Amino acid sequence: MSSEVMARLKKDYIYNLMLKGEREDKRSFDEVRDIQIETNVIDKAEGSAKVQVGQTQLIAGIKLQKGTPFPDSPDEGVIITSMELNPIASPIFEPGPPNENAVEMSRVVDRGIRESGSIDLKKLCIKEGEEVWMVFVDIHVLNDDGNILDAASIGAISALLTTKIPAIGEDNDEIPVPVRELPVAISLVDIEGQLMVDPSLDEETICNTKITIISNQDGSICGMQKSGNGGLTIDQVLEASEIAVKRASEIREKHLLDI
Amino acid sequence: MSDKPDKFIDDDGLRLDGRRFDEIRPMKIEIGVLSRADGSCYLEWGKNKILAAVYGPRTLHPRRKQIPDAALIRYRYNMASFSVEERVRPGPSRRSVEISKVSAEAFEPVVLTKYYPNTVIDVFTEVLQADAGTRTAAINAASIALADAGIPMQGLVSACAVGKVDGKLVLDLNKEEDNFGDADLPVAMTQDGEVTLLQMDGNLTPDELKESLEMLKKGCTEIFEIQKKALYTKFGKDPVLDVDDIDDEDDEGLAQIQVELDDSEGEDVELDEDYLDVDEELEEAVEVIEVEEDPDKKGISNLSDEKEDDSDEQ
Repeated sequence: MSSEVMARLKKDYIYNLMLKGEREDKRSFDEVRDIQIETNVIDKAEGSAKVQVGQTQLIAGIKLQKGTPFPDSPDEGVIITSMELNPIASPIFEPGPPNENAVEMSRVVDRGIRESGSIDLKKLCIKEGEEVWMVFVDIHVLNDDGNILDAASIGAISALLTTKIPAIGEDNDEIPVPVRELPVAISLVDIEGQLMVDPSLDEETICNTKITIISNQDGSICGMQKSGNGGLTIDQVLEASEIAVKRASEIREKHLLDI
Repeated sequence: MSDKPDKFIDDDGLRLDGRRFDEIRPMKIEIGVLSRADGSCYLEWGKNKILAAVYGPRTLHPRRKQIPDAALIRYRYNMASFSVEERVRPGPSRRSVEISKVSAEAFEPVVLTKYYPNTVIDVFTEVLQADAGTRTAAINAASIALADAGIPMQGLVSACAVGKVDGKLVLDLNKEEDNFGDADLPVAMTQDGEVTLLQMDGNLTPDELKESLEMLKKGCTEIFEIQKKALYTKFGKDPVLDVDDIDDEDDEGLAQIQVELDDSEGEDVELDEDYLDVDEELEEAVEVIEVEEDPDKKGISNLSDEKEDDSDEQ
């Protein structure tokens, strides 16, 4: 039986643990799981990172291609983020085009990178109006142990930090992609009124509501998304944003600043 | 696309379209505009023109998607190819897939899906003309269409967006503010202030977020009142009187309402039967029962003792 089914059976158990102030894996409610980041794992990609959060594993790979800019931003490069929930990662993932969950998650990751102004798109312009670099951020999920979204956000920015723009012509050298900001997404689930950060697979499966908050280095918020069938109070939204900003800055300092 | 204006707010504190910072655009609602749909609503909000229709509850196919103890809410947000300056390619885009998903989830907390197991409630929203804030406008329209279809709900959902221009928070973004502003925060709320949809992009400090949510609560309440008024105008006589009549006993009040409902709706009877067959216990357990027997009537009584706000943005 898949663990998604088991999780539903365990709902009461998780709820009762919550009443005692505990979580299944002994974390406190505002504690994230261990994070491991390994960069440059794929030589053929211009940038890459393998991220593990708990047992959730994924690889973010960056490919650069020359392309034509959009007419309304002739001097800016293009970033395209997509995510594949491969059947290798979970018994309930199916092959085929991205489903709405994958589309939603990749768009939230994209929102973090785009809205934080993380990448200086103007520096990706080769010739105004004619040729720019198109940055493809592809998230390849390998194992779903819950909270793919946060892992994907960390993976995307880690991979971008390692990305080199190939040399053009003979007198140029390859240069790193200009990363100006380090957005980090933190998700919390609401289980019967209790917010839990970085949900495990069980917690994510049984929760009614998930809220993801993406924050910048200065503590400002650059993206949010509520997901799931429940609602949240305004106070919960504010509480979630406070926790998320704190956890994001810890992750940034511990893992991202030295990449 | 027009160019970025030099200033979004003039010296008198008025925005480009003459509104104050916490003022929403004028909204016009028409109910029951499509004869084939079980419920429908045409909504204009500023220059947005939105059509929403509800079909169902009806049997869900394929059957493997059925939920044995609840109805599935299937929401489709679609932009007409001619709705914006640059033609939109017909068919689902990544953007519309995401909006459809979160909008369906915005209604899950209020629609009493437990009464219609194995069915689907289809909500279709078409953006005929877009001018910033289409996802919130579509939710406002869908909310009315659901009520028009007699779907049992705890209340309406109202949606609105807050954005930031010139460093100042403004309610219900217009096109320029949407295109060139520094933040966009669409939110849908029930009338109790429960947030059922929330998205954000741009840049907000935690303090600004707090202030935004307060503004949104106010904006959504305002929209809820507009929605409520539209429903009363269509279905109620004197709002207060009707509700009292229902509570009291006699069939007069009920009959009044029923007649009006019968005019506009044809499928209520079937729904009722389904519901009764399926779950009598639930019926007993919930006060709403009386109302549920006549979904339309329920819609009305909801207005009186429940409220919803929601906001949404494009």
